[in-house]
Amino acid sequence: MKILVCISNVPDTTTKITFTNDNTEFNTSGVQYIVNPYDEIALSRAIELTEGGKGTVTVINVGEAANDPTIRKALAIGADDAVRVNAVPRDAYFVAKQIAEYAKDKDFDLILTGRESIDYNGNQVAAMVGEFLDIPSVSIIKKLEIDGDVATIEREIEGGKEVLTVSGKFVASCAEGVAEPKIPNMRGIMSARTKPLNVVEAVSIEEVTKVTKYETPAPRGTVKLIAADQTEQLVSLLHSEAKVI
Amino acid sequence: MSVLVYVEQAEGKFKKSVFEAVSYAKAIADQQSTHLTAISIGDVAETELKELGKYGASNVLNVSTEQLKTFVNQAYASVIASAAEKEGADIVVLSNSFSGKGLAPRIAVKLKAGLADGAVELPSNDGKFSVKKTAFSGKAFAITELTSANKVIALNPNAFGVKENATDATIENFTADIKQSDLGTVIKDIVRAADKVSLPDAELVVSAGRGLKGPENWGMIEELAGLLGAATACSKPVSDADWRPHSEHVGQTGISISPNLYIAIGISGAIQHLAGVSSSKVIVVINKDPEAPFFKVADYGIVGDAFEVVPKLIEALKAHKG
Repeated sequence: MKILVCISNVPDTTTKITFTNDNTEFNTSGVQYIVNPYDEIALSRAIELTEGGKGTVTVINVGEAANDPTIRKALAIGADDAVRVNAVPRDAYFVAKQIAEYAKDKDFDLILTGRESIDYNGNQVAAMVGEFLDIPSVSIIKKLEIDGDVATIEREIEGGKEVLTVSGKFVASCAEGVAEPKIPNMRGIMSARTKPLNVVEAVSIEEVTKVTKYETPAPRGTVKLIAADQTEQLVSLLHSEAKVI
Repeated sequence: MSVLVYVEQAEGKFKKSVFEAVSYAKAIADQQSTHLTAISIGDVAETELKELGKYGASNVLNVSTEQLKTFVNQAYASVIASAAEKEGADIVVLSNSFSGKGLAPRIAVKLKAGLADGAVELPSNDGKFSVKKTAFSGKAFAITELTSANKVIALNPNAFGVKENATDATIENFTADIKQSDLGTVIKDIVRAADKVSLPDAELVVSAGRGLKGPENWGMIEELAGLLGAATACSKPVSDADWRPHSEHVGQTGISISPNLYIAIGISGAIQHLAGVSSSKVIVVINKDPEAPFFKVADYGIVGDAFEVVPKLIEALKAHKG
C-alpha cells in the first residue's frame, strides 16, 4: 500500500499569537515550529498500516526550505521519503492543488491529512485534494481500518458517530482516536538525515482568498469573584446580568 | 446572482445551527440586494421545509433522490454545486458542522471559489467581501478577502444567532445527475447519543478537568449539565487519560467552541485549552487555586473545591428553577 501524508508546519501549541506590520502578518519571531499535531496522528496511522513491509509512506509539505526541519521530524517518526513543493503556502486551495498535482500520477492508495492545521484551522485540504483528484474524501475521522480494498471508517458527527465504508482510493482527514502519535526514536532520528527529501516546483493557480488583516480576541473585563458558599448569587448573576440561563 | 444556503437535516429535522445559517445567508442576500434559495437533501417533510421561510429563504430546493437519503460527501457536494450553477448563485453558505466541513471545500473547488470557513461575522459591505474567521484555534481572527467571483462561506455555530425574517417559501423538487463515482462512500451505521446535547453547537457547556480526580466523579458534572440543558466537555489531560471520550476534548488540539456560557470546573486554563473556548460569550471558572490562569479570562469565578461548590451550585439551580 502506498500512502501519502500531507503535513503542515505550524507554530508550537504553546505559542502566544501576535502580529506585526499593522496586524497584517503573523509575528514569527521566537516561534518554534512543529509538525501539525493532527498530521502526526495521520502519519502515525499511515506508519502502522504499512509496518512490516506492507507498504510505503511519503510525506508532502508545501512550503519553503525553512520547513525542512519539520519535514525531517516526520521522516524521523517513520515516513520513508518526503516531498516539499517549494512555494509559500498561500491558502488551502493553493496547497491542495499542489498536492493533487503531485499525487495525480503516483498511484497512492490512500492520502491522509490531519483534521485541520492548528494555525488556519481550515480543514479544507483533504476534501479539496479529493475534489481535484475526483476521488472520495472523508473529513474528521476517528477510526480507520483497512481490509484489502475496503476501508471502514468512523467519522464524527454532531452528538455521535457515523460508520462508513469506502472502496478504492480516497482521502481522509484524521482526528484524535485514529492513532496514538508516535515519538521518534534515536534510530529514526539518525536515519531521517539520509532519507530522500525531494523538492519540486509549484504549479500556478488562480488566487481565491487573501488574508488582509488579523485581529486578536477582545480582552475580557476583570473577573467577578463570588464566595464559594454563595452559589445562588452566581445563578442569579447568570440569569439577570449575563442573561445566559 | 443570488445566495444559496445548504440546510443540513438530521433525521428529517433542521437544527438551530441550520436556521442560523439561513438567517446569516439572508443577511448576505440583503447586502447584495438579491434573494435567498435553500437546498435540502434527504427526507424532510414539507412542513419542516416551510420553516426555512421563517428565516428568509424565499425558495427551497428539495432533493429527495433515493441514492442521497443518507450523507455521501462527494455526491452532496456535486448536487449543491450544480444547484448553485443552475440558480446562478455566486455565494454558497453552509454551517461549519462536521458534514459542512467535508462539503464546503469540494464545493469551493467545483465553483473555483474562495472559501471562508469558521466565519463569525457578515462579510464586509465595502466591495471587498472580507470575512472574519477564526484562526490559530481561537487565539486570533483572520480577515479573509474572497477574491474569486464565486464564494463559499461556512458559518460557525452560535456566531450569528437566529433572526426571523418571515417569507413564504416556495418548495420545488430538484434533481441533479449523479455520477456513480460520486457514490464511493457508503454509510453502514449512525450512532447518536439521544439523551445528550451535541457539543459543537451547544449554547451552554459544562466542562471539567483533572481537578475532578477521576472518571467516577463525573456524575455531578452530568447532573449540572442535565439541569442546564448543557453539553459536557473536558480538558485534554482528561481525554488523554480516557476518563472521557475524545469527542469531548475542547482546546487547541480538540474542538473549538463558542457557546453562550462555558462553565470550567477544575481546569487550570493552559493556553491550549483557552484557545478552544475563548470565544465563549460568558465564562465561569470554578477552581480551588486562586492563581489558576483561567481566572484571568473568566467573567465570573468561584475559588473553591469543586466537590463542595458543584453540589451547592446544583442545589442553587434547582431552587432557581423552582
